[in-house]
Amino acid sequence: MTLADTTPQPLEFDCETGNYHTFCPISCVAWLYQKIEDSFFLVIGTKTCGYFLQNAMGVMIFAEPRYAMAELEEADISAQLNDYEELKRLCEQIKRDRNPSVIVWIGTCTTEIIKTDLEGLAPKLEADIGIPIVVARANGLDYAFTQGEDTVLAAMAQRCPTSADIAAKTPVVEKAADQNAVKKLFSFGGKKEAEPTETAVEETVYADHEPLVLFGSLPGAVTTQLSLELKKQGVKVTGWMPEQHYSDLPVIDPGNFVAGVNPFLSKTATSLMRRRKANLINAPFPIGPDGTRAWVEHICDALGVETHGLEEREQKIWDSVEDYVSLIRGKSVFFMGDNLLEISLARFLIRCGMHVPEIGIPYMDKRYQKAELAMLERTCREMNSPLPKIIEKPDNYNQLQRIHAIKPDLVITGMAHANPLEARGITTKWSVEFTFANIHGFSNVRDLLELVTRPMRRNEALDSLGWESLVKG
Amino acid sequence: MKLAYWMYSGPAHIGTLRVASSFKNVHAIMHAPLGDDYFNVMRSMLERERDYTPVTTSVVDRNVLARGSQEKVVDNITRMDAAEKPDLIILTPTCTSSILQEDLNNFVERASFDAQCDVLLADVNHYRVTELQAADRTLHQVVKFYIDKARKHGDIVTEKSAKPSVNIIGISTLGFHNNHDCTELKRLMADLGIEVNMVLPDQASVEDLKTLPRAWFNLLPYRELGCMTAEYLKAEFDMPYVDITPMGVVETARCIRAIQQVLNQGGSDANYDEFIDEQTRFVSQAAWFSRSIDCQNLTGKKAVVYGDATHAAAITKILAREMGIQVVWSGTFCKHDEDWFREQVSEYCDEVLISEDHGEVGDRIAKTEPAVIFGTQMERHVGKRLNIPCGVISAPIHVQNFPVGYRPMVGYEGTNQLVDLIYNSFTLGMEDHLMEIFGGHDTKEAITQTISADADLAWSKDGSAELAKIPGFVRNKVKRNTEKFARDQHIQKITAETLYAAKEALSG
Repeated sequence: MTLADTTPQPLEFDCETGNYHTFCPISCVAWLYQKIEDSFFLVIGTKTCGYFLQNAMGVMIFAEPRYAMAELEEADISAQLNDYEELKRLCEQIKRDRNPSVIVWIGTCTTEIIKTDLEGLAPKLEADIGIPIVVARANGLDYAFTQGEDTVLAAMAQRCPTSADIAAKTPVVEKAADQNAVKKLFSFGGKKEAEPTETAVEETVYADHEPLVLFGSLPGAVTTQLSLELKKQGVKVTGWMPEQHYSDLPVIDPGNFVAGVNPFLSKTATSLMRRRKANLINAPFPIGPDGTRAWVEHICDALGVETHGLEEREQKIWDSVEDYVSLIRGKSVFFMGDNLLEISLARFLIRCGMHVPEIGIPYMDKRYQKAELAMLERTCREMNSPLPKIIEKPDNYNQLQRIHAIKPDLVITGMAHANPLEARGITTKWSVEFTFANIHGFSNVRDLLELVTRPMRRNEALDSLGWESLVKG
Repeated sequence: MKLAYWMYSGPAHIGTLRVASSFKNVHAIMHAPLGDDYFNVMRSMLERERDYTPVTTSVVDRNVLARGSQEKVVDNITRMDAAEKPDLIILTPTCTSSILQEDLNNFVERASFDAQCDVLLADVNHYRVTELQAADRTLHQVVKFYIDKARKHGDIVTEKSAKPSVNIIGISTLGFHNNHDCTELKRLMADLGIEVNMVLPDQASVEDLKTLPRAWFNLLPYRELGCMTAEYLKAEFDMPYVDITPMGVVETARCIRAIQQVLNQGGSDANYDEFIDEQTRFVSQAAWFSRSIDCQNLTGKKAVVYGDATHAAAITKILAREMGIQVVWSGTFCKHDEDWFREQVSEYCDEVLISEDHGEVGDRIAKTEPAVIFGTQMERHVGKRLNIPCGVISAPIHVQNFPVGYRPMVGYEGTNQLVDLIYNSFTLGMEDHLMEIFGGHDTKEAITQTISADADLAWSKDGSAELAKIPGFVRNKVKRNTEKFARDQHIQKITAETLYAAKEALSG
C-alpha cells in the first residue's frame, strides 16, 4: 500500500506460513441458501467437499436443503465426459425437482485445477434452461471460510438491476401483472408507497439523500434492526444485497452509496465500486455498540445527514451490559484467526477493557478495513491498551507455542484446538459461533457478550473444583 | 457427475487419517488445500479428544498450483519431525493433490534423508476407494513396512508366546463404539485365559509392530478394517485369524468356538463350552430376554436394517434369529463387500439392499412401513419424518453416538446393550401408537393460554412480520415481553422498532 509509506501504521503486521485451521469457503452455502430463499446452490466438487458440508452443517443437512453436490467422478477429471452435458443434466433435474429462481454454482479446488470454464459454461446453460446461473469460485486454494460469501456476493453484485433495467421492463410487466405486482414496482423506486396513510409519515422521517444499499448476508431480524437504526437518523436503506429473494436484488445505479456490514466482503466492495460505479462508504463494522455507532456516523457523514442521540444510545447499551463487561475487563484474549471478524471483535473487546496480545486473521485487506483498523488503533489509545500484533496467514503450531507461553485468559479458536486447549487449562471460545450468532447492531450486544463471557461464567461456576488441567505429564 | 446430498462413507483420506491418528506418536501430513483438515474438528468434537489431533496440512494454494510444491512438503515433513519427534509421518494425498499429479513419492524419499522418523506415502486412490477401504489399506501398509523393516534389522519376534495370545485388529479412532468394544474384547480374552499381545491400530506403537507374529492368532471384530492386514500376516507367518464378529449371543459363541479351535490347533487344550453356557444363560440377559414375555410381544414385528456390513449383518441375525423379529430387508452401503454381506444375511431377511443412495434407502423405508428401523443417523432422521422409531447401529454418526458411559456392542455385555437398544426402540413406538389411539396428552390448550390473550394492543404490519421471524419456540415469550414493554411505555401500536426496543430494554 502506498498510503502506508506516507502515514506509517503503528499497528504491527506480520505474516506467517498459512498453516492454520479454518473452514472451507464452500461452507457459505449453509447460510446463504437459507438467506436467499428461492436459490439453489450446486457445489461442483468431490467427495471431500461433500463430506465437509455434511459434517459441518450438522442437523441442517436433514432438512431437505436447497443445496447439493455435483460430485465429480474419475471420468469427469480425465475429460471423458463433457462438462456442459453433465452440468445440463444435473441443472435440469434441479429445475424439475425444485424450480429455483437462481442456481449458484460453487467452483471448488478441483474445478480450478482441471480448469473447468464455469464462467464460460454458465451463460450458455442459463439461456438453455431459462434459470439465471451465478458462478462463484469459493475454493480452498484462494479463500478462507467467510470469504466464500464474498465470492458469491461479488458475483451477485453484477446481477443487481439498474433503474434503467426496471424502467425498460415496466411497461411489459404492467400489462400482465396484477395489482400487487404493480404496487411493488412502484415502491422499488422508493418514492411512491402503496399505503397512503403510512407514506405520509415515512416521507417526513427520511432526509433527502442519495440511495444507499447495504451489502452482506444477515438474518432477516438483524437487517431490520440495522435499517431501523439508520431510519432513526433519517437515512433510508434502499435495499440489501442479498435480499430474502433473488428476484428482489436491489437497484444499484452509478453514484449510489454502498456500505458493508461485515469485514470479509472486500471483493464485493471492489466489484460494486469498479463495475457498478457505486460509492463505497468506508466505515468500521456494526459489531459492538462502539462499532455500530461509528458505522452509523460514517454512513450519515457520507450522505450528509446530521446524527443525533447516538452517544446517549451507545452509553445506554454499555450501561445495560455492564454485568457482562465486568466479567472480562482487564482479562486478555488471543485470536487464532479463522473467519475475518477478528479485527472488529478485538476492537470491541478492547473497548470492553480486555487486552489483546495477538490477532490472527486469514486475510487482511487494509483498504477495505481501513476505518476499522483506524478505530482499533484509536480504541487502544483511549483504553490505554497495548497495540495488538496482527498476524496474517497464521501458523497454528507457532501460535500454540505462544499461547502456552503467555497463557491468555481466553483463546478464540476453531474446534480443532478448543478441546485440547481446555484440557490444558486454557479457556476457549469456539470462533465459528461468532459467524452464526446475531452479533450486529446495538440490539445484539448482549448476545455477543453472552458468547464471549460464557466460558468465563462456566469457569466461575466450576471455580472451586480444582481440576483445570486434565492431561497427564 | 452425480447429484448428491449425503454420503455414507467419507473420502479415502479420512480412512488413512483414522488409522494414522489411532497409532501412538504417528503424525499425518495432508497434501491439501486450506479447509480440508476438517478431520481434526470431527475428532476433537465427536471423540471429545483431549490431545491435539496429530494431523497437519501442507497447504496447496495458488503458488503450489503454479509452480508445484517444490520444497514445501519436504520442509513441512522435516519441520514436524524436529518439533514433535514422531516415529512415523504419513504423507496423505487428498482428492485435490491426486489430480495435481505431483511426485509425492519423491518428496517422501527426500524427506526420509533428513528426517529422524520414518516417512510413508499413503497408497490410496481417491477416486477408487472409500474411507473404509482406505483405512484397511493404510493399516496393511504400515504393518508391512514395519515387518519388512524388522526383518532387515533382524529383530523381528517370531517366537510364539508361552501362553495363548491374540492381536486384536481393527480398533480405530472415530469407529462406532470402538473404544468400548475394545475394553469388552480385552475382558473377554482375559476370561478365556488369552493374553492380548497387541491391539491395532488403537494406541499401538509402530515400534512394537515387530512383535505381532508373537501372538497365536489374530482377532478381527470388524469386517471393514483389518482384513488385509490379517491376510498379510497369514501369508507371511502362517498366523490364523478369527473373523467372526462377536455381536449377539449366537455369534459371540461362534466366535469363541472358532478361537478354541485355533488355539487347540496351536497345541493348547482349551474348552470353552462351559464358559459359553454360563455366560449365555446367566451373565448375558439376552438369552433370557428372548424367552421373556417382553420379547414374545415383538414376534413377527417388521424391522428394516441398514448400515456398514459388520453391524447391519450382525443386527439382522440378532433380530431374526434371537428375537423372532421379521427383517423385511437388510442393507449396506459397503458396495465393495456385497457378496460377503449377501451370504451373511440372505437367510435372515426377506430381501437384501445394496445401495449408497440415501434417497433410495429412505424411499424403501417409506414403502415398507416397518415398526422400527435400525440404521445410521440418516435413517434416524427418515424415521423422525415418518414417525417410526430408529436405533442407531452404525456410522455415520453424531456426537451422541460417542457415549461416555460403557456401551460396547460386542461380547456378552454387548448383548445386554443391544437388548436395551432394540427393546427400547420398539416400546417407544408402541407408546406413541397407544397415545394416538387414546387421543394423546390433553394438556396442550391450557398451557398456551397467556395473559396477552385479550390485549388492548395492536400490532402493526411490520411488527407482526418481525414477530413471525422469531423462532417458534420463543415467539410467545417475545410477544408477551414486547406487549408488557409497550404497556409500560404507553405505546398503542407495536411496530418492529417497539419489538427491538423491548429486547434492548429487557436485556439490561
